[in-house]
Amino acid sequence: MLRKLVKKYDDTLAVRGIDLDIADKEFVVLVGPSGCGKSTTLRMIAGLEEVSEGDVLIGGEDVVDVPPKDRDIAMVFQNYALYPHMTVYENMSFGLRLKRFARDEIERRVQNAARILDITELLERKPRQLSGGQRQRVAMGRAIVRDPKVFLFDEPLSNLDAQLRVQMRTEIKKVHQKVRTTTIYVTHDQVEAMTLADRVVVMHHGLIEQVGTPAELYHKPATRFVAGFIGSPAMNLLPCALEEASGGLRARLSDTIAFALPAERDARYRPHAGRPGLLFGLRPEHITDPRPPLRPAQRSFEVPVDVCEPLGMETLLHFTVQGIDVCARVDPAAGAPAGSRVTLVADLNHMHLIDGESKKVL
Amino acid sequence: MAQARASLRAERRRALVWSYVFLVIFAIFFLTPPLYMLITSFKTNAEISAAAAPWWIHQPTLGNYVELLTSPTYLTFFRNSALVSVLVVAITMAVSIPAAFALSRMKFWGSAALATGVFLTYLVPETLLFIPLFKMFVEVHELTGIELVNHWWVLVLLYPTLTVPFCTWIMIGYFASIPKELDEAAVMDGAGYVQILVRIFVPVALPGIIAATIFAFTVSWAQFLYPLAFITSVDQLVLPVGIITTLIRGDVFTWAQIMTGALLGAAPPLIIYAFLMDYYIAGLTAGATKG
Repeated sequence: MLRKLVKKYDDTLAVRGIDLDIADKEFVVLVGPSGCGKSTTLRMIAGLEEVSEGDVLIGGEDVVDVPPKDRDIAMVFQNYALYPHMTVYENMSFGLRLKRFARDEIERRVQNAARILDITELLERKPRQLSGGQRQRVAMGRAIVRDPKVFLFDEPLSNLDAQLRVQMRTEIKKVHQKVRTTTIYVTHDQVEAMTLADRVVVMHHGLIEQVGTPAELYHKPATRFVAGFIGSPAMNLLPCALEEASGGLRARLSDTIAFALPAERDARYRPHAGRPGLLFGLRPEHITDPRPPLRPAQRSFEVPVDVCEPLGMETLLHFTVQGIDVCARVDPAAGAPAGSRVTLVADLNHMHLIDGESKKVL
Repeated sequence: MAQARASLRAERRRALVWSYVFLVIFAIFFLTPPLYMLITSFKTNAEISAAAAPWWIHQPTLGNYVELLTSPTYLTFFRNSALVSVLVVAITMAVSIPAAFALSRMKFWGSAALATGVFLTYLVPETLLFIPLFKMFVEVHELTGIELVNHWWVLVLLYPTLTVPFCTWIMIGYFASIPKELDEAAVMDGAGYVQILVRIFVPVALPGIIAATIFAFTVSWAQFLYPLAFITSVDQLVLPVGIITTLIRGDVFTWAQIMTGALLGAAPPLIIYAFLMDYYIAGLTAGATKG
């Protein structure tokens, strides 16, 4: 659907060549830090931004030279962009009225969308009489009534408070399950991306880092950026040296901590032994308190605790390796006061090894 | 704590007292002349020239009002003024709303320079313009035979040179305050430029448009120099100049009629202000421009 898409602003490249295929009825989320080009990409799909190079295809048809109104796309904006002088009904029907739909058809579609979004009783109100969440629903309603080929969402939940955001997230998911329209959703919030998407597109510096299902991104990140970006608390990334040891490879993290790697990783990592600048990655939930019996890939080690953060369901322990803060998720009962020494277990079945130069996961 | 609050209250009271003092001074300063005009308009010319008690009316009379409102000349001035003002407002709005929309939303080559240029033209005073304009009109007359002086409608051509730049500038400011997403949403909904302007921008920027209307009307109603320079026939004159030229005969000032005429002439802008101001403030307080 997107072919080598490029956006230049004068000399700066905002989007540096993107290839992406999106299936019919799919919910795809573009996620990345601010300035990564995700919004620009969305706006190029919408036709609000000119395409510098490359193609945008919708339903197999190149739409680069097609004006936005003929692309059959609906968009939901971050600040809702409701027409302040129109009622909710007029807001939702504006696009249909411009396209000269019959009055009863408009009525049918607006009522249907209002029912899906549960805003039937708000139809006669003006936007200023609505709360943030209600305005967001109306903005979605305006998109739904159009029955377009594609929905575009540009950070639609950023203006809502945390609690409402979680609620509306579920709402959006439900709406998508009801109307099943192809959706492209832009956000900087990786939790939103993971919870909503069929597939997530992680962008960084105007390029796609990785495309995959939420589970793929989480368990098999392709690059250092994805490994660090997806997941909260973030994956622990530590410089390491890959050494030959008796009977296999060993990852040395510090003078005192070195893990013998599982035998099944041997073939994969052996070519990189001795290479400088390697990073060892392990998520906090794979560093736990010892829960015997120890499985073959688990390695125990002992460290002094810096900070202990009880969250109720679990406890986060922070400790330092080579000056870098490392986080472990342990059972609440295994919480230990700062300064005390604890024994922890690292599950190397879930480890990642990242090449410092190419930033690729090996 | 209580002490701090008390001193805050005292400070607030002091500020209020001072603002009232200055408001009263300004009110007296600005309201005395119209009040004096009102008093004078109820006097006979004889009583005025006696100059006995300027702030008191000994023999109140409505004669001045009756005389002016039945005088065909004065009513002609009134009609000319009204026609000119209404037409100028219409022309101004028809030009400056689309112009402001283009300058604030369509980024084309030189649009920023053009927007500044529009405002700069407003800074050129009419005292500098009327002689070259006169010369131009003479040339046009010689070339085409169309006489561009001594007709009331000539003013309809002239006044927009004063009103269009300023109104365009006001509207650019108003349109710029409308969030960009609003027109983008309209674009996605399938609206073209004209539809965005008519169905989104004009309703949303109504307070600004009303402010511009009030300005254009006031300027055209009160304009003095252009009619004085371009029009000499009595039946083509507008109010401000008409009152001066017809009610001052030689060196005789008929003060009572002059005051009455000026007072009656001030009524229409006042009525329009009163009517549109309500609307204007209603529009503002409704927070209409917040998406």
